[in-house]
Amino acid sequence: MLLAVLKPGGDAATALYIVAFSLFIIGLKRGTHPTSAKQGNMIAAVGMAVAVATTLLLDGMGNWGLIVIGLAVGSAIGFVASVRVQMTEMPQMVALYNGVGGGAVALIAWSELRHGISLGGDIPLEELIPTLLAAVIGSVSFWGSNIAFAKLQDLIPTRPLSVPGQQVINAVLLVGIVAACVDIAVNNGNPSQALFIGILIAAALLGNLVVLPIGGADMPVVISLLNAFTGLSAAAAGFALDNVALIVAGTLVGSSGTILTMEMATAMNRSVGNILFAGFGGAPASGGGGSTEERPHVSIGAQDAAIKLAYADTVVIVPGYGLAVAQAQHAIKEVADELEKRGVTVNYAIHPVAGRMPGHMNVLLAEADVPYEQLREMEDINPEMPRTDVAVIVGANDVTNPAAKNDPDSPIAGMPIIEVDQAQQVIVIKRSLSPGFAGIDNDLFYEANTSMLFDDAKKAAADIAAEIQNL
Amino acid sequence: MSLMTEIAILVLAAFVGFEVISKVPTTLHTPLMSQTNAIHGIVMLGGLIVVGYANDPLEYVIGTIAVIFGAINIVGGFMVTDRMLGMFSKKPKPKADADKKGGA
Repeated sequence: MLLAVLKPGGDAATALYIVAFSLFIIGLKRGTHPTSAKQGNMIAAVGMAVAVATTLLLDGMGNWGLIVIGLAVGSAIGFVASVRVQMTEMPQMVALYNGVGGGAVALIAWSELRHGISLGGDIPLEELIPTLLAAVIGSVSFWGSNIAFAKLQDLIPTRPLSVPGQQVINAVLLVGIVAACVDIAVNNGNPSQALFIGILIAAALLGNLVVLPIGGADMPVVISLLNAFTGLSAAAAGFALDNVALIVAGTLVGSSGTILTMEMATAMNRSVGNILFAGFGGAPASGGGGSTEERPHVSIGAQDAAIKLAYADTVVIVPGYGLAVAQAQHAIKEVADELEKRGVTVNYAIHPVAGRMPGHMNVLLAEADVPYEQLREMEDINPEMPRTDVAVIVGANDVTNPAAKNDPDSPIAGMPIIEVDQAQQVIVIKRSLSPGFAGIDNDLFYEANTSMLFDDAKKAAADIAAEIQNL
Repeated sequence: MSLMTEIAILVLAAFVGFEVISKVPTTLHTPLMSQTNAIHGIVMLGGLIVVGYANDPLEYVIGTIAVIFGAINIVGGFMVTDRMLGMFSKKPKPKADADKKGGA
């Protein structure tokens, strides 16, 4: 039907795969700056087109009807999803993509094993071991990502969910998986497909059980980690299939996920192991959490906030996930526009874990046309805080809590924060004094120079923008 | 390819990956993730090979699902990344979406 010219595993096919992964690397390298990243994405897409075309041209390929159906259905779903998804929903979308990626790898591994059995067993270990790894990591990623998706989409509660004896069950599952893998590897002359399916199922359970107890605030870490896992699973599949494009692309994805996981964990001042196995929020909140009695605070309205902002020289806006939930990014941009018209310098201070995935807040603000030069990273903006007239906190909480620096007994002690308490004045836009994800009171709310504006973020921002116009 | 050659490739790719990706600013981490999702869609090659050489019904099903999953990653990943990065460029350029349907 098509030109079937390339020998599987031959030099021509391998050369084209090398072209493909080179384009991936060039594409990622262009991704280091906002202005060149779009072009970089195109370059990587061209690399993918080369890789796919090469595979379609392999000698002996058949079943074209099924291939066309698979490509058409998958492309249609991907197309519709990418056009429809709201920027607030990006974490769910990435979780889902992590999931289907891992699922594809697990299926391919299963087929590889069946293929080996059909050739009379005796699968060489250098092929069998990566196949098993791909199956386990792929299955864990698929199910773990589905749970992450369900949590982010509010299909299941975002709070940590755990069953009694969770750690023991996880350990038993893990030991069982390893034992079954060893059994298959030892009996590679006649590997058992039933046992292999058992491994897939046990890994699926493990994926569910590991992600279920993780709370909503830790989602940035979980998504990054699953991203790294899917990359590793692709690299393992590359070893099993002897395909250099899969090895390199999978490793690139794995590196990216690993870097993001480490950055997120650092930004929370917690180890990855602690996040995975401790179940934040479920852990007893020692210190700070107990004082529930009313403490004195200053409450203001939109008009007062507008006056404070309009007569400032420098304003720093600190957005948090609450801003995303309230879809307040456009209203906040309006406030910033009004202030800039009056000659006020406005910047945005973005905490690394603001939002529900790495860099999420930046995308939300970019969607509202905030120029990326105004999106400042934490380390970059903190030194300017003492010279800032007004810091406005919108839907953020724990990442501004001075207890992280001042109170060594606080559960968030040592977590890097945006040092808004250093600013001359602070306005906090929030529905109530309720604590954030960490479940602890925020000392910032009771500081003398802090004013609380109790309202929905979107409505408050719209009111402030209108009041500034009226001044 | 020998196993050791493949391991050498893996190790070098890991160094390149760490080197390149650690230079991506925080601002672009979300598009980076969706782009790596798309690159992960490379596993669709495995799905294509499964379907392309399949000769029993279960293989047809396994392979076709793997191709669907991979195509979702490739098309969805690259397109949503393009959409997001468009928001970061100051002046929205005219859309040029036609050429990245993942080689379908």
